[in-house]
Amino acid sequence: MKDVMSIINDTAHKSSLKELTLNRSLLSVPIGGRYRVVDFALSNMSNSGVKNIGILTQSKNRSLIDHVRAGEEWDLVSKRAGLFILPPMRLSDYPNTEDGDIGTYYEHLDYIKRSRQEYVIIYDNDIVCNINLVESVEFHRSSNAEITVLYTLRNKKYSEKCTLIETGDNEQMTDMAIDTENAFSNKEALGIYILNKKTLVEIIENCHARGLKSLEMDGFVKNISKYKIMGFGWIGYYAKINSIRNFFNHNMDLLEPDIWNELFFKNGLIYTKVRDEPPTKYTKESKVKNSIVANGCIIEGMVENSVLFRGVRVAKGAIVRNSIIMQKGIVGEGASLRCAILDKQAKVFAGKQLRGDKHYPVVVEKNSRI
Amino acid sequence: MKKKECIAMLLAGGQGSRLGVITKKLAKPAVPFGGKYRIIDFTLSNCSHSGIDTVGVMTQYKPLVLNSYIGVGSHWDLNRRNGGVTVLPPYVREDGGEWYKGTANAVFQNIEFIEQYNPENVLIVSGDHIYKMDYSQMLGFHKEKNADLTIAVIEVPWEEASRFGIMNTNDEGYIEEFDEKPQNPQNNLASMGVYIFKWEILKEQLLTDEHEAHSQHDFGINIIPAMLCEKKQLWAYPFKGYWKDVGTVDSLWRANMDLLEENPKLDLYDDLWRIYSVNPTKPAQYVASQAVVRDALIDEGCQLFGEIERSVLFPGVIVNSNSKILDSVVHANVKIGHNVNIQKSIIGQETIIEDGCVIGKSGEDNQITVITGSVVVPSGTVIESGTVLSLDNCNEFNCVPLRK
Repeated sequence: MKDVMSIINDTAHKSSLKELTLNRSLLSVPIGGRYRVVDFALSNMSNSGVKNIGILTQSKNRSLIDHVRAGEEWDLVSKRAGLFILPPMRLSDYPNTEDGDIGTYYEHLDYIKRSRQEYVIIYDNDIVCNINLVESVEFHRSSNAEITVLYTLRNKKYSEKCTLIETGDNEQMTDMAIDTENAFSNKEALGIYILNKKTLVEIIENCHARGLKSLEMDGFVKNISKYKIMGFGWIGYYAKINSIRNFFNHNMDLLEPDIWNELFFKNGLIYTKVRDEPPTKYTKESKVKNSIVANGCIIEGMVENSVLFRGVRVAKGAIVRNSIIMQKGIVGEGASLRCAILDKQAKVFAGKQLRGDKHYPVVVEKNSRI
Repeated sequence: MKKKECIAMLLAGGQGSRLGVITKKLAKPAVPFGGKYRIIDFTLSNCSHSGIDTVGVMTQYKPLVLNSYIGVGSHWDLNRRNGGVTVLPPYVREDGGEWYKGTANAVFQNIEFIEQYNPENVLIVSGDHIYKMDYSQMLGFHKEKNADLTIAVIEVPWEEASRFGIMNTNDEGYIEEFDEKPQNPQNNLASMGVYIFKWEILKEQLLTDEHEAHSQHDFGINIIPAMLCEKKQLWAYPFKGYWKDVGTVDSLWRANMDLLEENPKLDLYDDLWRIYSVNPTKPAQYVASQAVVRDALIDEGCQLFGEIERSVLFPGVIVNSNSKILDSVVHANVKIGHNVNIQKSIIGQETIIEDGCVIGKSGEDNQITVITGSVVVPSGTVIESGTVLSLDNCNEFNCVPLRK
């Protein structure tokens, strides 16, 4: 994998998680008790042996940069390559990132050209999975593809808009539709693409010169006949974090031990920023059932079918059901939560009740007091 | 090189022989404690939080685990450009070289290391104790008194005072007398084994002591009495808070259980004084629908399907359904099968306990059962309370070493 670099693209999808993305981008959305979406991307790259990784960030990037720092946790601190943060430069004539990602790619064309690798893996900002990419890169190489689109069989449980592709003989891609509801195919693009660097540079330059803005739409869909584009099928647990509902459901998926084991262990470990939290304390009164609990929590109340992030406090008599409580959330004595998502440091005072619906969870903004 | 105000020398060579099989493969500072830590984490975190950025760790006994654990010190934020953590094993010189003969001799053999930093003061600490202490406040006291040596002391119960080195001081804390393990203590201020010396004075003492034929080259036995004799300025710095020397299996088990109290004296949850350690890569813990977890300390990566009460579980422990763990300490990555019953035990890391085993028994009158780790306990095995099962005697119990 020495000749493969990667660009994780935090401008690929808009920040569509309402309150959760008010102050952060999709890549830095907390998930699974102690992770951020970006942890899966960086761990997959690191575990696959990719050593040169750029993250194209959007403007709300403080939270992300604070999380990844120099990439030490993912073993990406290196004298030769490592992790590069590629923020939007907003150079006067370049298009705004909100209009598409070609502008941002173009701003960082220098980095792409200067890198010594021959292949580039483009990785979208809303994917959570544990994937080893070695096999797909080998496929890309051996099939002499210019672009390879990774796909999986569509999971109808999560019926949001998605990008579908169709492949013909020898897995050559014949059709691709972005954000479609029209289910013409059962092959859903993962949002992971492998390109020859030469091809990527050519697409960016061509699109930029013609005022075209989207890599997927203008670079791939419109070039199906121009480039040799292959499909590569992959099967495994795969989550797209593109709506509050999906975010909620995919967190709850982790309560299945099979999914928990696959996502955190199967193809390599998932790394994240270390916080040196002590172990979680359960008191004599605590009743915890079917839940994921991170370190540093103190649980004195009842927790059921929920995901608790690091340093959460659940006081005596409190009841937490079907909820997600992010870092340092506090649930006061006798308070009750059902189908709620508490962003970081949110506090629900004693005796308060908060109730959402399984299909429409209540979201409490970061630092809120209720 | 720039002069350093204070550097630390950390004694981590102790075997901790009273911990028996637990320290058979590792030094006492490397003994696991509190669901995720090793004992040395407390001292290293104290150094880090106290602004001491240069720490020499003197290792000797079974250093492998400890050396690789400490690494370059980044886990304690001690990977500094000038200073940081340096592991200092005994080494060979032109005239032969030798093991560290005593606590003072260990520092003597590292005079060259200390001189590199040209320090004003040297803090001597041990990696054997569990406590949270701000050494910078002690250093302030040391400078204010213009002491040659400041010794941190803690009030111990009178009936236990004869187990410690006791300081007899005047009202301000000036040390007039030092009794090593006195039969009839006149005071209950025990030395914590935390010293700050003026380096100039310490160096002089070490050089003299080295040539004393009958010296045991020990701070408590030789250096401190010698300095008192010479009427040097020795001051006692009173420390208030939790401090524990977990010297025996019983006290190690009890110190773990202490953490389960409602408001334990040792607060691990203080954001301003985090205990740093090497964090394994594990997801958040999973507690299943049928699990019961009460009165317990559980670390990351555990998967719990059984019942856990009054116990401390280290990272990655798996407890399958219908198993019950009571009054026990279970180290990292232990796998426990179905229908297992474990009471009042310490289970060493990587142990596999198969279905239906019964291990140990709770109750004040029952001894602690110890399994040292990397052993497979086959299904249906019954291990009586008070048994100490290690790789050496595991055949007697039909257990086999874990094949890696």
